[in-house]
Formats: sequence, structure tokens, C-alpha cells
Amino acid sequence: MSGTTTPDALLSVRDVSLSFRGVKAITALSFDIARGEICSLIGPNGAGKSSLLNLVNGVYWPDSGHIVFDGHSYPRLRAHQAAVLGIARTFQNNALFRNLSVLDNVLTGLSRHGRASVASHLLRLPAARDEERSFRERAEDVLGFLHIAAYRDAIVGQLPYGLQKRVELGRALVSRPAFILLDEPMAGMNDAEKAEMSRFIFDINRDLGVTVLLIEHDIGVVMNLSDHVVVLDYGRKVGDGTPAQVRDNPDVIAAYLGTKH
Amino acid sequence: MSSTTLSAPATAALPRTARRALAVVLGLAVLLLPAFADEYWLNSILIPTIVMGLAGIGLNLLMGYAGLVSLGSAAFMSIGAFSAYNLLLRTPWLPLPLALIVAGLIAAVAGLLFGLPSLRIKGFYLAASTLGAQFFFEWLFTNFAWFSNHSLTLTISAPRLEIFGIDLRPAPGRYLLVVATTALLYWLAANIVRSRIGRDLMALRDMDKAAAVIGIPVASRKLLAYAISSFYAGVAGALFAFAYLGTSDAHSFDLDKSFEVLFIVLIGGSASLFGNFLGAAFIVLTPIFLTRLVELLGLSAVFDNGFLINLEHVLFGLTIVVLLIREPDGLAQMLRAIRARWAAWPLRA
Amino acid sequence: MQYFLTILLSGLLAGVMYAMVAIGFVLIYKASGVFNFAQGSMVLFAALTFVTLTEHGVPFWAAFLATVAVMIAGAVIIERLVLRPLADRSPLTLFMATLGLSFVIEGLAQLLMGTDVHQLDLGIDDLPLDIAGLQLSQFDLFASAVAIGLVVVLSVVFDRTRIGIALRAVADDVLAAQSIGIRLPVIWRIVWSVSGVVALIAGLLWGARQGVQFSLTMIVLKAMPVLIIGGFSSIAGAIVGGLLVGATESLADIYIGPLVNGAVSNWFAYILAVGFLLIRPSGLFGDRTIERV
Repeated sequence: MSGTTTPDALLSVRDVSLSFRGVKAITALSFDIARGEICSLIGPNGAGKSSLLNLVNGVYWPDSGHIVFDGHSYPRLRAHQAAVLGIARTFQNNALFRNLSVLDNVLTGLSRHGRASVASHLLRLPAARDEERSFRERAEDVLGFLHIAAYRDAIVGQLPYGLQKRVELGRALVSRPAFILLDEPMAGMNDAEKAEMSRFIFDINRDLGVTVLLIEHDIGVVMNLSDHVVVLDYGRKVGDGTPAQVRDNPDVIAAYLGTKH
Repeated sequence: MSSTTLSAPATAALPRTARRALAVVLGLAVLLLPAFADEYWLNSILIPTIVMGLAGIGLNLLMGYAGLVSLGSAAFMSIGAFSAYNLLLRTPWLPLPLALIVAGLIAAVAGLLFGLPSLRIKGFYLAASTLGAQFFFEWLFTNFAWFSNHSLTLTISAPRLEIFGIDLRPAPGRYLLVVATTALLYWLAANIVRSRIGRDLMALRDMDKAAAVIGIPVASRKLLAYAISSFYAGVAGALFAFAYLGTSDAHSFDLDKSFEVLFIVLIGGSASLFGNFLGAAFIVLTPIFLTRLVELLGLSAVFDNGFLINLEHVLFGLTIVVLLIREPDGLAQMLRAIRARWAAWPLRA
Repeated sequence: MQYFLTILLSGLLAGVMYAMVAIGFVLIYKASGVFNFAQGSMVLFAALTFVTLTEHGVPFWAAFLATVAVMIAGAVIIERLVLRPLADRSPLTLFMATLGLSFVIEGLAQLLMGTDVHQLDLGIDDLPLDIAGLQLSQFDLFASAVAIGLVVVLSVVFDRTRIGIALRAVADDVLAAQSIGIRLPVIWRIVWSVSGVVALIAGLLWGARQGVQFSLTMIVLKAMPVLIIGGFSSIAGAIVGGLLVGATESLADIYIGPLVNGAVSNWFAYILAVGFLLIRPSGLFGDRTIERV
């Protein structure tokens, strides 16, 4: 289920470079993510991991190179187009809608699937009511899946951090994406919370068939969870393979793991 | 995927029936009010409170729900008023409700145009664009006499105010027109706020970057917010001109009026619909209360009208500052807190 | 051509007055990111205080110093009662608070000192001067000289003194400034005081022109487009923006006005400003990137 070049790649990053005011964030980066795998992106702070996520879902545009997702090649993609293509994501620092309830936050993840017109929502016509009902069913499914149904009416800004992370995961998941980008979903969590979140990520991948690109600092979690690991250092790829291959790669050890193990 | 679609708890059923019953009773009371309330109450308190509350809903949809600022509410009210006037005058076959709707739509188009800068900028910079609308339309309606049908005083008053042949000009008629229009628009606003569209607006208010990433069409939602908000302002403006003032001109919708609407939202509570009527009541009642107080104390000779207006300004300003510090969610939130305490009363006491 | 130049120059001189008010905004904006809507009422309050004192026989300089003291006291009170409780809130909330504040200040000013229009004579006659065939007002020239003097003084203060350096540090990075021991409340008190003094000077010049009265508060509305065009965080921008708005306004009034039934200066600057917002949102000289979508 792993490997650096896969015929059935869901995502191919090809020779992508990105710089901010002349400072290189990512340099000539290429790698593939196979359909159905959990791929982890690791590397020290400032290695360009979050920038890469922003490239994949169109928040940034690459200076050169291109990204192929599910057969579509796009040098310039807008964030909401990425969402339409089935790329969902969570953010490093929670980007939830603080004043909305848990349920409403998850429901916003479905907005782009809405077909009922503004007028029918204004007048609460059957089309709008049907849409709302089916949205709610899908959202409740996700709340149940992530064990947060009990908090559905709580205002998200008042929930503890760990639960907020789960709500954000729910918001990304509810639109049934093909591909989900998780930016440090376990940051600041204790071991029990991390185990629980790992379980959710595993279930999302196995039960729902969602391909996962994960940024995570906890090497233990990464090695257990991933099919495939890509290592970045100063915007360059220094390792790419199965967890075992990466662990044994001297470059990777030098660049990153060496400081830790 | 494990599915846990929970049905609403059974206990919710009772309060719901009770709430419906309460709404029916309230509705009847509101409709029957003209039979009891005298002309003064209708003209000076109820009609302006309801109309300004409606204008507040318009701004609240924009500012409270979508997080976009406007300092030009009165401009869109004036567009509604002058449009309704010209429609009633120049298209005699157009019934009053349709004239109000078309007037609202004209205001909505104007609102959409002045909302365009919101696609590039945010925060209080947007205030500049809407302030521009405020000054531009006040100027337009003063400098082009066509809008007031070349009347010498540049004033407008409703050429006709009737529905199904019933003359609505007496106070109870105007009151019922205002109540019916507001009730309908309140219902529509409640629908939109609770719908996917409303969630989209609140999402872009809370974090617009994330809203774009999850696929909410941010630009079109912002413009929609401006259009809907200005529609409400337009209808409220037409009602303000014809059902409240009777005769008005461009200066009836000056910057102070815009601030009044803004204060209604800030005092009533942002992202609340009912709160706008609390805010409007505060704005309408405070001056009346002050005047009465001075009369009661027999100080009318000492404190003239100018004094009262300045005192009013200080009070409004202080209320805003104190509310922003103490209760940013306004009177509506205070009411909710009180209600929550009441609901828990037997347990707590 | 002569006529055009005269219009242009009188517009530029009016623009100097706009710039004066805009500088008060820039100071507060730089140090706290707040768009102080109450600046206009501060102008009224200061001018009214000064006039009331002189009308009671207080000599010019004594009245001036007393008003400065009043404005500083006001700044301290505002910082303590309004700004500090709202310190970590959004810029929009602070903007709304200053809007409320503007109602309080203008209401108080007129409650305490009345609503009459006061004449203010600074001893400079508003005589037309003929310089190289151009009609210029002596008073406008005087006002410009005062404005230039004020800018020079402010620049020296902010470039050379420790307070100025602290202020620039805060403008640059609030957290970093706090971490090296700069106390934010002190900075706020200082900038609000200084912009209170700027408000006084602007109030005297405007008041001498059109009488000390309620309409002085409207200056705030002129300053907004000036700031958008110049950039909220630059004193140079405030001046250039002021000149630009003054000049285009008076030219538009003369050359566009007749085509559209009357003076357009009420809204023309705003349309210009909205154009700037669309094309160059940070203004001509703005360094702080404004919140963009």
C-alpha cells in the first residue's frame, strides 16, 4: 500500500516550488499519494509542511510545478474549487466558527452541496426543508461517528480544545471528501486523546475509504498510523517511503529523527 | 459508519406547544391593540419602534450575522422611501404591497453595488463605502427634484396608502400595515438565519478563510448579505416615510438616522432578530422618557429641547460603550440570561 | 488657467485643514489600531472649551494651556474607562466604542458649554492676498504654516525622543514592544493626549474659519476618505491625502458640480476613497497591510 511512485496516485506533486518574498518555502518537491493510504508529512518546524497543505487545497499557488489531483492537473486552484473536487482539511490552529454550535459547524461543511435556492430557504419551501433534513441526518451521522453527538448544541468556542479538534474533523468529514488534509490534529493532546484521535483517523481511512495526508510531530503516532511517510527539511524532500524505510534512511535520521532518537 | 441519529428529547414537545400558544396570544394582542391603544401610543411609540426594529433587522443581517459593517443604513432606507413614492405615484395600477416589494428590491440593488468593495476589503474600512452611500443618496434626493415629483419643498408623502380598497391612512390602518409587513419580513429573516444561507453568513463572519476552504462561496454570500440587508432597509424606509412620518425628505434619512439603526443593533444585540425591537424601543422611548421626566419634575423651563437632545446623546453613547464592555451581545442576551434564570428558578431558589 | 490655479490652491489649502484632523487619527491608529471616530467630537470639545475660557476673560495662552490640560485629563479618563476594558477586542468593537464615545463627548461639550455658535478671532484676518495673480486667503496661508509647523514638531518628537521610539515599536509589533517593557496603557494615554492637542489646534483653525459650533464634529467625516487615500498609518499620507481630497473636491465642485445640479463635495471624496480601496487598499503611504479579503 505504499511506495514513492504509484500507478493509482490520488495526488501527485510534481516539481513544486513556493517562496514568500524571495524566501524559499518549498523547493522542487515531488511525491505521490496513493488512493486509500494514510500518508504522513513530517519534518522540523519551518520545513514547509503547512505550506504544502496550503498548496494542495489552493490557499497558495505554486511558483512553478504542478499538482495533479484525481486526474485533474491544476497549477492554479482556488480554495473552494479544491473543496468541490473533494479535498477537505483541518487547520493547525483551529479554524472553527467560534460562535456557532457544534452541529452548525459540521453543517457548514455541507453548504457547498446545497441545491435549494435562496428563495426556497427564505420561504421554507419543501426543497429547502428536505435539504435541511438530509443535511442534519448526515451531520448527526458524523457527530455519532466522532462521539460528539452529546455536544451538538454546545457553542464551539466554549468547548475544550480536544473536542474542538474533533468538531473540525467532523466539519471536514461531513462532505464525504475523497481526500482529507489534517494539519497537526493531535497538537497539544495528552496520550489518551492522541490514541483516540489516531483511532478516528484510522477509521476514517479504513471504514470511509478516505485518503489521508497527515502532518504530525509525534513520531510514534506517525509510525503506527501511516502507510507512507514523506520527510521534509527546509522545503526539500529528504525521505519518502514506508515508515520502516524512512526510519532507516540516514538522511532522514540526520535531518530530523537523529535529533530525536 | 455508526449512525446515532437521535430524535429530539420528548420534553421539548411541551415548551414548543406552549411557545406556539404564546405566539398566537401575542399575535392576537398585537392585532387587537389599535382597539385599546390611543392615537399617541400608535403614532409615537408603537409604529416607530416596529419600523426601526425592522430597519435594525436589516442591519443586523449584515453586521450581526455576516460581520460586515454599514454606516449607511439610512441611505438604503431613503432609496426605499423614494422608490415607493415614485412607484405609487407613477404606476397607479401597482398595489401597495407590490410597490413596497419593488422599492425593497431597488434598495437591494443599490446595496449590492455599495457592497462590492467588501470583496476586497474588510473591517471598518467598509464603513467608508457605506458612508459614501449615505452622503451620495442624501445629495441625489436633494439635488434632483424629479425624485420628489418636483415638489417645491423636496418632500414626499404617500400618494395613496390603501390595500383591497381599505384606506390605511388612519393610525390603526398604518399600524396594521407596519405590523403585517414586519411580521412577514421577520418570518423570512428567521427562515434565512436558520438555513444553510444563514450558517454560511455566520461562518464567514467568524472565520472567512476557513469558510472559503470548506467551499462556501464567500463573495456571492457577502453580496447577498448586502442585498438582503438593503431590501429590509428599503422596506423599513418606505414604512418610516409613509406610515410614521407621513411627509419626509432626504434629510429624514441623514447620518444620524444611520447611527440610530446602528445603535439599535448594538443595544439590541448582534446576531439576534428580536433584540432589534428591544434596541428600537430603547431608542424611541428614551427621548420620550426624558421629556416626561423633565415635565414631571417641573424643570421644562430650565432644560430646553437642546439640552434634552444632548443628554440623549450622552445616554446613547454611554449605553453603547457600557454594553460593548459589559454585555457585547446586547439586551437580547440579557433577556436570555434572565429567562434562563427564570426557567431554573424552582431549582435554584 | 488663472482661475483653475486659484481653485486648485484654495482646495489645497482646505486640504491642509483636512490633513490636520487626519494626523490626529493617524497617531491613534498607529499606536493602537483604532480608528477613533471620536476625533471630530474632540475637536469640538477642545475648541468649545477654549472659546468658553477666553469669553470669560482668560488670556489666550492661559486658555490654551488649560484646554491642553483638559484634553490630557480626558485622554487619561478614556484610556482607563473605555480602552483598557476593551483592550483585547476586535478593531471593529473598538471602532464602535469610539462612535459611542463621540456621542458622549459632543453631548457633554454642549451640555456643559451650550449650543451657541461662538466667534473665534485668532487675530489673523481672512483677507484675500494677490500673489502672482492668484487670489489666496491670508488665513489659509497662516493655517498651512501652523499645520506644517505641527507636522515638523510631531516628526521630531516621534523620530528623536524615547517616547517616539516606544510608539514606533508599538506600531510595529505590540507583543514585542510589551515584552521589552513598554507599557501599552502609557502609550495609549500619550497618543490620545497628543491627538487631543492636535484636535485643539485643528479646532482653533477651523473654528476661526466657520465659528465654533456643532458642525466641527463633521470634520471626522472628511478625514475618513483622507485617511483611506493616504493610508491610515502614515503622517505623510495624511497630508498628501488631505491635499488630494481638498484639491479634487474644490475642482469637482466647480467643474463637475454644474453638470449634476450642485456641489458634489459632500460625497466626492468618498467615491474617490472607495476607488482607492478597490485599487490600492493600503493607501498611498500605508505600511500596515490593511485587512484584506
